[in-house]
Amino acid sequence: MSQEQIELITIDALLEKVRAKKSQGCRLVQISATQLPGQIELTYSFDLNSQLSNLRLSLPGEEPHLPSISSIYLCAILYENEIHDLFGVQVAGIAIDFKGKFYKTAIKFPFASAKIPCASSAAAPAAGAAACAINPDATPK
Amino acid sequence: MARTVIPFGPQHPVLPEPIHLDLVVEDEKVVQALPSIGFIHRGLEKLAETKDYIDFVYVAERICGICSFIHGQTYCQAIETIMNIPVPPRALYLRTVWGEFSRIHSHLLWLGLMADGMGFENLFMHSWRVREKVLNIIEATTGGRVIFGSCKVGGVRRDINADTIKTILKDLDEIEKDLQGITKVFLNDRSVKARLCGIGVLSKQEAWDLGCVGPTLRGSGVAQDMRDQGYAAFKDIPVEPVTRTEGDCYARCAVRCEELFRSVNIIRQAFAKIPEGEIAVKVTGNPTGETITRTEQPRGEVVYHLKANGTKNLQRFRVRTPTFANLPAMLKVLPGCDLADVPMIVLTIDPCISCTER
Repeated sequence: MSQEQIELITIDALLEKVRAKKSQGCRLVQISATQLPGQIELTYSFDLNSQLSNLRLSLPGEEPHLPSISSIYLCAILYENEIHDLFGVQVAGIAIDFKGKFYKTAIKFPFASAKIPCASSAAAPAAGAAACAINPDATPK
Repeated sequence: MARTVIPFGPQHPVLPEPIHLDLVVEDEKVVQALPSIGFIHRGLEKLAETKDYIDFVYVAERICGICSFIHGQTYCQAIETIMNIPVPPRALYLRTVWGEFSRIHSHLLWLGLMADGMGFENLFMHSWRVREKVLNIIEATTGGRVIFGSCKVGGVRRDINADTIKTILKDLDEIEKDLQGITKVFLNDRSVKARLCGIGVLSKQEAWDLGCVGPTLRGSGVAQDMRDQGYAAFKDIPVEPVTRTEGDCYARCAVRCEELFRSVNIIRQAFAKIPEGEIAVKVTGNPTGETITRTEQPRGEVVYHLKANGTKNLQRFRVRTPTFANLPAMLKVLPGCDLADVPMIVLTIDPCISCTER
């Protein structure tokens, strides 16, 4: 990328960097995951005055995990649930955790493989897909 | 007061596409709402890893049946940025014209659905009657109506000749008159105002913090429109974002109404300034590199993240659609509203779930 800024960060610095973006007044534009050989690359994009800036970190391909930024940007819940459901990244502390039911995919973690997985060898679609698994606080008393 | 959970969708009379809401209500008041999607996830992003990057425009255009053209355009722009392809100016103008026609027909579709949602059947039919005229222009110039495959990497597939431009401009005058008649009702009718004013209020700060885009963001007073970044012909045709400050359903409706007229003016300016010349350049080789490209769809900013490694297949094709960014707004605006207002609030973010679940 030529015009966009990409800042390479480590997972330990993620929350601090995201807090800094929030305090600058940035809007969270997206979180994008890319499956690369042996690793998953995450790109957090922010907008300020229509200028894009990005934070990038790499996760190991085996048992990737990540702290949630949803306590800073609530809208990150959708991106983080998506990254979990498609890439198998475990995101700790999502404000609203759909617990793997955000996308009702026939194949578990379909984007985690370098190849397109075969649906016939995969598990059947999750039963009760319409039910939204939400955090305990959201359940009416 | 006992709380009840009311499931709203994925099948519901006001929902054209499947989204589900768990509405926690006390009497008739919504106290909590949790949106849920995922019923139609298609995995199109993964398909990029097996399709030739040139052919993939076909798939990108099918992410959405309404903002199809701008999906194709954004994909092409992203590839052209990575490969540094000089797109002929005439092609950029033609993309702008078809993009704005797409915006007009999308907004008219939304206005119709909105009228239908509030039970104003007559207004619904008038909105779609005018939309037909726009679709007829698109059909006459491309051969398609909503998915018309006119964009390709390096330019566009079809030209519009001078005689057709004259006819379109004449038709635009008629369409503009029709739009004035329809929007007058949307903005002034007592029944419409009663259903929209003061409902689903999203403050400027909330809209920004929740990552909202498009008319949802502009209806809350944030003047952001990706067209002012100057892609396609917008470097020659400046776009002033349409904003309202109320942040309610009425404001989001009013923004779209005003944007209809802005789009008509953009098309007129584009036809007045369109240069002669080629409409496409030949593209050879494979892309290497990465880009994040943003354009303004009818529903707001769309983000294309492309990563290529020198092969004919992309390493990553990621799309963040406008509806995906606008869903969190419902977490804020639904709590506190009346149950009967939920359909209006959901509709005013113009949810496109097929886009969202690409």
